[in-house]
Amino acid sequence: MSGYLVRRLMLLVLMLVLLSMAVFVLFSLLPADVARLSCGKACTPEIIEANRIRLGLDKSVIEQYWVFVKGIFAGRTYPEGGGPAALVCAAPCLGYSFRKNATVLQLIGERLPATIWLALGAFVLFMVVGMVTGVLAALRRGRWQDKSIMGVALLGYSLPSFFLGLVVLFFVIIRWKLLPYPSYVSPFENPEQFFKTMLLPWIVLAILYAAFYTRLTRSQMLETLGEDYIRTARAKGLPERTVVGKHALRAGLTPIVTAGGLDLAGLLGGAIITESVFSLPGIGSLAVSAVVDPDLPVLVGITLITAFFVIVANLIVDLLYAAIDPRVRVAA
Amino acid sequence: MNEVILSVDNLRVGFPTEDGVVQAVNGVSFELRRGQTLAIVGESGSGKSVTAQSILGLINRRTADISGKVIFQGQDIVAMPDKQLYRLRGAKMSMIFQDPMSSLHPYYRIGAQLIEAVRIHQRVSKQQAREQAIEMLRMVGIPAAERRVDDFPHQLSGGMRQRVMIAMALINSPALLIADEPTTALDVTVQASILELITQIQQTHDTAIIMITHDLGVVADVADDVVVMYGGSVVESAPVAEIFASPQMPYTLGLLASIPRLDRDPDRRLDPIPGNPPSLISPPAGCVFNPRCVYADRVDGNRCQSQLPELLPVSPVHSVRCHIPAAEREAIARSALSGLVIGAGDPA
Ligand SMILES: Nc1ncnc2c1ncn2[C@@H]1O[C@H](COP(=O)(O)OP(=O)(O)OP(=O)(O)O)[C@@H](O)[C@H]1O
Ligand code: SF4
Ligand SMILES: [Mg+2]
Repeated sequence: MSGYLVRRLMLLVLMLVLLSMAVFVLFSLLPADVARLSCGKACTPEIIEANRIRLGLDKSVIEQYWVFVKGIFAGRTYPEGGGPAALVCAAPCLGYSFRKNATVLQLIGERLPATIWLALGAFVLFMVVGMVTGVLAALRRGRWQDKSIMGVALLGYSLPSFFLGLVVLFFVIIRWKLLPYPSYVSPFENPEQFFKTMLLPWIVLAILYAAFYTRLTRSQMLETLGEDYIRTARAKGLPERTVVGKHALRAGLTPIVTAGGLDLAGLLGGAIITESVFSLPGIGSLAVSAVVDPDLPVLVGITLITAFFVIVANLIVDLLYAAIDPRVRVAA
Repeated sequence: MNEVILSVDNLRVGFPTEDGVVQAVNGVSFELRRGQTLAIVGESGSGKSVTAQSILGLINRRTADISGKVIFQGQDIVAMPDKQLYRLRGAKMSMIFQDPMSSLHPYYRIGAQLIEAVRIHQRVSKQQAREQAIEMLRMVGIPAAERRVDDFPHQLSGGMRQRVMIAMALINSPALLIADEPTTALDVTVQASILELITQIQQTHDTAIIMITHDLGVVADVADDVVVMYGGSVVESAPVAEIFASPQMPYTLGLLASIPRLDRDPDRRLDPIPGNPPSLISPPAGCVFNPRCVYADRVDGNRCQSQLPELLPVSPVHSVRCHIPAAEREAIARSALSGLVIGAGDPA
């Protein structure tokens, strides 16, 4: 098992390296000229050229990548090699945004808490709601409880997130004034305002995602309910509630865990629309402004961070498999 | 004689499908006494498993049409509310299934599965339940039971898993055990030891057993009484000695005629009678067996093709469903069993 873990961690590092290369090459192929974009209003060709050197864009892509990687572990300066007017970007340096005059890491770090809170809260909500309603629907399959749950789920599943977000925002906050207009604060600063701000975004995301988990859980349950060991569980005298909620759920958990891990990773990379609708200062809205600006170093940073989340989520999901299915443990 | 603990009375189970109702069980009746073994034989699709599962109340009552009575220890299973059924299942009556490879939950340790079975029905601590589990595993012949109890099912062989299933079925000392082809999926060498285990436990616990099987060798070894099923109905029932010595229904004769063939090829499934099992959605008119019966033309007035014979007693313990008069049936059986023509197209 520990050998397996070591192998998986090495694979994780390898994937990160390859991924960062891919991202770097991809963004260097973009027609956008970062030197020009970092220049501001009063621009002359001389300033652009100076910028190019300051940013290291005069070097080859391979050299740029090397400087970038070195920056992550040892920090870097702009321009490379230092100098009296050089900007210092300490390790781990993911780049520097001349548009915002801050390191990429700073920018992401400022935005990460809102995104993490949004993602975690919504994740817990939609996993619990989705799995409970899915099990319930499977338990009452064919009856009105099943039909109404699946009807609501279908509705939630087909709603576009901007629409749902805007409708909720309009009615709950603007029309009925049930909650104040969202304004994000840290939960450690002002827990009440934090909850009032996060409640609607959580619910909106939960509705959108829970619908999927309801359907997935129900179909998984119905599939495993046909297994021989489920018949054994019934023959033991277990009530149907335990048969479905324990034996069948455990057996059908693997795809649910997979989807859950990847969804959480995706949300940690920023829920663009929901963050925008509820004006949350998260990664998603940072990404939007970085695209609009455009601010390439920030985009590279966000892409890498998101990819990092996805890769780590994959590892965690694989480890969870082993926790769920003992046969995986032996094979590993 | 021991008291009757199970009596099945005109049990009918139909599954509505798009093509029509599959009448899997069509008027099955029999009785079982404490400590006795009843064998149910019949070819694939004759309704043996559905009958067995109905007795445990395992057939979904909302999707299937179930009628008739299953009186177990004085209570009717068919009409019983779920909650009451949960208390009986696994405690007073239990079941082991054909395929031990898939009948245990792959994600739980066998100890956990056994402990669960104990604690549904007995108010004991986890530790006490675990001790019971180990004791039971030891009893069914699992070596090093105190270590094996922490194994997952995939760490055990098929024979060992079936032993675990037996341990689980018997851990609450039920009065009735239904074994649905408990050895079919196992190696021939393992089969005998599993059967021996079941009969041995029966003797110590005075358990009544319903043994469902294709294997007439098993019937001869373990059964007290035999019920022969065809197309969802009972076509003959009698004590085991009588079934072998004087079978009266042509289908039973066909089954018995296949025993020597099984000796030649033990892996072969029992299906010696030419022709196909009847459709359960629209069964043949008259005697359900008539399209395959070589004696149908001996009955006057095409009654085999038009009138369903009743299951009638020829003695207090022996009943037969066939239009041929009893005296003639006995003559047919005698000549058939002495090695003459048995099934259509069978020159043996
Ligand atoms: N849930 C169901 N829906 C529809 N048809 C069913 C259902 N369960 C069983 N049947 C049908 O009922 C018939 C009897 O099945 P059963 O399993 O009792 O046969 P069996 O005698 O046990 O056969 P085998 O020896 O192959 O186990 C079969 O034709 C089967 O297809
Ligand atoms: S009733 Fe007729 S068809 Fe049916 S078993 Fe008897 S002889 Fe054969
Ligand atoms: Mg069967």
